[in-house]
Amino acid sequence: MANRSNVSLADRAYNIRRNALRMGQVQGQGYIAQALGIADVLAVSYFHALTYRPDDPEWEGRDRFLLSIGHYAIALYAALVEAGILPEDEIDTYGTDDSRLPMSGMAAYTPGMEITGGSLGHGLPIAIGMALGLRRKASGAFVYNLLSDGELGEGSTWEAAMAASRFGLSNLIAIVDVNDMQADGPATKVSGFEPLEDKWRAFGWQCWRVNGNDIDALVAAFDAARGSRAAQPRVVICDTRMAKGVPFLEARERNHFLRVEPEEWELALQALDAGRGA
Amino acid sequence: MTRLSKYTPRPKTGNGPRATTSAMIASLAPEGHPARPAPFGHALAELAHSRADIVGLTADLGNYTDLHVFAVAHPDRFYQMGMAEQVLMGAAAGLAREGFTPFATTYAVFASRRAYDFICMAIAEESLNVKIVCALPGLTTGYGPSHQATEDIAIFRGMPNLTIIDPCDATEIEQAVPAIADHPGPVYMRLLRGNVPVVLEEYGYRFELGKAKLLRDGADVLFVSSGFMTMRVLEAAKMLAADGIGAAVLHVSTIKPLDEAAILGEAGKPGRLVVVAENHSIVGGLGEAIAGLLLRAGVRPAAFRQIALPDEFLDAGALPTLHERYGLSSEAVARSVKGWL
Repeated sequence: MANRSNVSLADRAYNIRRNALRMGQVQGQGYIAQALGIADVLAVSYFHALTYRPDDPEWEGRDRFLLSIGHYAIALYAALVEAGILPEDEIDTYGTDDSRLPMSGMAAYTPGMEITGGSLGHGLPIAIGMALGLRRKASGAFVYNLLSDGELGEGSTWEAAMAASRFGLSNLIAIVDVNDMQADGPATKVSGFEPLEDKWRAFGWQCWRVNGNDIDALVAAFDAARGSRAAQPRVVICDTRMAKGVPFLEARERNHFLRVEPEEWELALQALDAGRGA
Repeated sequence: MTRLSKYTPRPKTGNGPRATTSAMIASLAPEGHPARPAPFGHALAELAHSRADIVGLTADLGNYTDLHVFAVAHPDRFYQMGMAEQVLMGAAAGLAREGFTPFATTYAVFASRRAYDFICMAIAEESLNVKIVCALPGLTTGYGPSHQATEDIAIFRGMPNLTIIDPCDATEIEQAVPAIADHPGPVYMRLLRGNVPVVLEEYGYRFELGKAKLLRDGADVLFVSSGFMTMRVLEAAKMLAADGIGAAVLHVSTIKPLDEAAILGEAGKPGRLVVVAENHSIVGGLGEAIAGLLLRAGVRPAAFRQIALPDEFLDAGALPTLHERYGLSSEAVARSVKGWL
């Protein structure tokens, strides 16, 4: 297990946010609000739930973490740096030529990136194949798939939701980031995905819905999802707040893809610090 | 050729016998021609006895892609994904990631049109070891455009990393299955299913991935062909020989990557009409691939012609009727060549 020290999950989440802001600063733009919003989920994933070896990202016994939403690569890189899978000094290469950290997540580029996810709706279908493959190998590993609410508009996700329950994939845990923002505006308006728990349950999944910025609630939900004995796939629906931790970015009406003025990055880091432990 | 309008009345009875079947699954084998049932299914089931990594997946078409033979032989290695081609391809990618060699089957229309992005991004982009085996390629069903994959090769030729093969007969399918299983990386194979003709045995043919094979020689015409059109041009070559016309046949079952040396070697021989024959739209298939190759290499045949399906949505109807209508029958091939000479 990589949750090897006594650093608190809240500190891990802070560090992930800080890493993401530092990468955002390199490019001056990006999916920063999503990264700030999902940081608590990633902290609980990488420092409470997942089994892995930082020095051997392809270790056969690892839990697989699939990022459907390749756009969120900046968030996952931030977590992979914090987890020790990526070296911290590569933060400065984010999105630059010949970097291992392209702006959209690709499996061939980055240690710890299991799939190429920029085209949405691929994660859960691939997760099914991996979960079936792990079962064939009698592995105890889990497959996690981080999806987004906007991605639920892709039909392939629901094809996969049906298949996963028919196969009784108890080694599959989907995580849905509900931040209610996609490219053209609020996801509740663009995709109309609610009521979410009813949908997943109707598709045969065990379902938990939590405040995705409440670490204690996340820990409880992840423990329940992993510990359940039901022969069903599991989903943890996480309601998160875009740009969580940086109030002046949280307040922006359209924050799907943030362009931040150069002087604002330091302000954002200061705001993050000011809110720490608050 | 334009399709009949739905407002044009059809005669109630025609002259002579009318083909009455426009069945989904029609036989390609002429009456009395030797054929073997489900060569793909049997070959895969056989191979899986010695290869524990092989698994089979389908999207509600196991019975129609001959995968049912594998499913019966190896039920624990068969995954029914339901009518969901995107999940079929994604799950195949996931199984390949975990070290297995998945054979995923559906119809060619559904793989190429519906699941393209999933084959491209989940499988080909990382060159995963997935074999996509698809029935009803080109004009092999009378069901009309919903089931006729007349453009599948055009769609897939643009996809990097993907090997494309278009076998001719039962013998070649049987040999291709272990060959593509051994090949690292994604493969798209066009499948002739059901009772599949046996054609190539008399030519002592051995399938080699990436290799074109000269099946017969001739001084006047060079046929370059793939898939079941090789059977048709072989028959046409016999008809032409009866008229004193010598026709060579170069069978190109690997569409991508092309065996450039063999094609340039044969097409570069002087004085022959080069005819590329394929069960595919004239747009973007083997013919245009070879035309491009010849131009880039500066090879100029005496003349270059294509036998292919028109750039149209095709009619529904009985398969022999349609093959005659669109110029894919052996007789139509021979007629076309005589007209060009």
